[in-house]
Amino acid sequence: MALAGMRSPGQTALALAIALFLGVFLIVPVVTVVYVAFTEKGGGGFTFVNFLDFGRTDLFVRSFWNSVYVSAMTVVWASVLALPLAYLTTRFEFRGAMLVQTLGFLPLIMPPFVGAVAMQLLFGRNGSVNLLLDEWFDFKIGFMEGLNGVIFLQAIHYFPFILVNLSAALRNIDRSMEEAAQNLGSHGLRLFRRIALPLALPGYIAGASLVFVKVFDDVATPLLLNVKEMLAPQAYLRITSIGIDDPMGYVISVVLILVAVATMWATALVMKGKDYATAQRGGGGLARRRLRPREQVLAYAVVILILALVLAPHVGLVLLSFATVWSYSPLPDGYTLAHYTRVLGDSSVYIKNTLIYAGLAATIDVVIGGAIAYLVLRTRLPGRQWLDWAASTALAVPGVVLGIGYLRAFYGVNLPDGTPLATLWIVIVLAIAIRRLPYALRAAYAALQQISVSLEEAAENLGATKARTVRRVVIPLMTGGLLAGFVTSFATAAVELSAVLILVQSNSDAPLAYGLYVLMQTPAGRGAGAALGVIAVLIVAICMWLSQLAVDRSQRARGLDI
Amino acid sequence: MTDMSMSKTSRAVGIEITGVNLSYGTTHVLKDVALSIRPGELFAFLGPSGCGKTTLLRLIAGFAQAQTGKVLLDGRDVAPLPPWKRDVGMVFQSYALWPHMTVAKNVAFGLEERRLPRTEIDRRVAQALELVGLSAYAERRPAQLSGGQQQRVAVARTIAIEPKVLLLDEPLSNLDAKMRVTVRRELRALQQRLGLTTIFVTHDQEEANTICDRIAVMEAGVVRQVGTPMELYENPANLFVANFLGSANILDERSGMPMPAGKRLVFRPQHAALSSPEGAALRGPVTHREFLGATVRYAVRIGESEILIETPFQSGNEMRSVGDQVGVDLPPRRMLFLPA
Repeated sequence: MALAGMRSPGQTALALAIALFLGVFLIVPVVTVVYVAFTEKGGGGFTFVNFLDFGRTDLFVRSFWNSVYVSAMTVVWASVLALPLAYLTTRFEFRGAMLVQTLGFLPLIMPPFVGAVAMQLLFGRNGSVNLLLDEWFDFKIGFMEGLNGVIFLQAIHYFPFILVNLSAALRNIDRSMEEAAQNLGSHGLRLFRRIALPLALPGYIAGASLVFVKVFDDVATPLLLNVKEMLAPQAYLRITSIGIDDPMGYVISVVLILVAVATMWATALVMKGKDYATAQRGGGGLARRRLRPREQVLAYAVVILILALVLAPHVGLVLLSFATVWSYSPLPDGYTLAHYTRVLGDSSVYIKNTLIYAGLAATIDVVIGGAIAYLVLRTRLPGRQWLDWAASTALAVPGVVLGIGYLRAFYGVNLPDGTPLATLWIVIVLAIAIRRLPYALRAAYAALQQISVSLEEAAENLGATKARTVRRVVIPLMTGGLLAGFVTSFATAAVELSAVLILVQSNSDAPLAYGLYVLMQTPAGRGAGAALGVIAVLIVAICMWLSQLAVDRSQRARGLDI
Repeated sequence: MTDMSMSKTSRAVGIEITGVNLSYGTTHVLKDVALSIRPGELFAFLGPSGCGKTTLLRLIAGFAQAQTGKVLLDGRDVAPLPPWKRDVGMVFQSYALWPHMTVAKNVAFGLEERRLPRTEIDRRVAQALELVGLSAYAERRPAQLSGGQQQRVAVARTIAIEPKVLLLDEPLSNLDAKMRVTVRRELRALQQRLGLTTIFVTHDQEEANTICDRIAVMEAGVVRQVGTPMELYENPANLFVANFLGSANILDERSGMPMPAGKRLVFRPQHAALSSPEGAALRGPVTHREFLGATVRYAVRIGESEILIETPFQSGNEMRSVGDQVGVDLPPRRMLFLPA
């Protein structure tokens, strides 16, 4: 890369500006949290006392193990859902395969907390399913009892992460790997267990560890199901009920970070030496077997059952948003548009805030992500890799921890008129932006890596300066990828809640996800909350569709035949 | 009765392929293929890519289904048997060693699938690895081995199950040029030692010529000729075979040479000599000259075509230059007239 030879003052300034931004809005809040966790309450000395207190408090220890249990069981149940689907779609000729693959996008469209209350109404002790079971067969199933409810909801929401990773891994196995096993006398499930599954293990583990961390960090879903004895909810409850001076919230935050880091580390450890790159040497995957009629019936039964489960939160949400009254009955008593008129009327501030916040956050992400990608891939600035690492650490910082960090770090910082910085709405935007930055960064990397360096060298050879080359060659060519990154960031930012939950100071500053959370707390607000949820789902779905459009179009424009 | 005594002295089995037609959609991949492969033979399927040779191999292994025709192993139709019940060992072009298992585990796999007792498995794994000279590598992972070693593991894994026949799909294509020569000799020696009926798929005529007993030359799904390497070279049945094995000059009647209707004159470059143009049936200008060390290769234009003539190089020989008019001296016994 001859192009990267020189460095200009402009690049250095850009790198410093990004470093400053990441320092102030990511590193400082997180370091503050860790610092407070190790500091004596009231005093200033270094101490482990807070951690000892944590270990001596039954509630916290119980919460910790509950979180571990829920996350692990979610992985187990998500695997139970994902494994047969992955096997079916990658190894058999099966018409339902397309249907199953589209499931992969559903959790992106709706985070689990949105459908929590609706699922309670469908699967709870007196929900639709149990009422019908009771009437027909005289028994009920405790889908939603205590921790089970959290596991049930999270597994339904997150199994596609495992499905997508596992299917991709299974599809990438060279067909000769399995043919060799058949040739030596193996077949069917035994072959799948001995050859295909071990080879797909890295993909499975990647998906499973992602699910584990996401569930462990989730604040809102347990709280909406009225489960308080889990670690992330405890952090939120401590800070909001006892105050920002109480060290326990910080200790819990450190534990959350440690669990996230430990999970990623363990994942990396398990994956080490297991990068079975058995990519195809031409030719398609394993010849898929046609299912026999009886197997086909069974396969469709499995797919339809899982599809019904996956769609349940969405169906429940829609029903709830149109329901007059819905309790102790399989379906709502009546239907009304009142909830929508309400949220589009006096609650429309939530929607407006969401569009502003998510729009700003996504813009920040794309600008910073694009700049970091450019600095890392196209310059030789010393330490440029650190920008990437710093931005990526956001992945290991749970939202609730970032929120607490902001609150603590910026509460003391006052604006000229005396209002603390932490109470300003812009802080919410920054927190969301930091949370979504790693995703935008990956999108920017992908976009830049597709551009040949020689295109830039040609521009410079013809007399364009570095800055003008970036503006006239690099940015136009990256537009499609950056746009896709923007839309994805926007969509996920629109439903971000865990950091927001802590930072929102007044309803007028709150985004949609917060409004939904608050409304869902009371039976009277549920309908309106559901209506907000439906609107959120629509916003995100439209964004996903636009993002797909942007990627397709930019690839067509550049003549990439993918 | 003779059959009985045969099977006692040798466990090698023959393969009969009759009337095989195979299509994928509208592509007719194998057309009326019929072959008879003798017990203990090292037999090559030779042809350019896309000629159907690998498909034919996969058909024998059970990874492809023919629309018509039969494959008989040891006289028995294998059509109803799935790949895992055929007992034909296949070595894949990519070797297909499982990266999550050690060398020993790879080799043991087929034996475990046959539910053999552990001691028997251990014994046969050790034996197979010793046969390919890799006993010291049993606990390595495939990724830690060189290409040649990986190939030997793939062979060991296959012969460990003592298959009825051995199928080798382009076994040398992933090795460098030097390794190819060594490995092909090793394969031949191993095959001879085991007396195992073996099919060797390749697009490289040199590989087929050097180690195989007989060759089936294939083109576009059709077997064009079957024979020993020398038979095929000396007596090609058609232009394709003549061209595919070694280089051949091909001329039609426009060259001025009288020939039977619908046939072409075919001869090898080293079988002709240059002479003076006067009175020669074939004559034309020299268009190229290449010095190859032991030989000098001339290109001569005869009408619309160009032919190659290789003459041994000896100092003092008269050299021709580009543009010289020359005649081609071709002994009649070297002339082949083949159907177009």
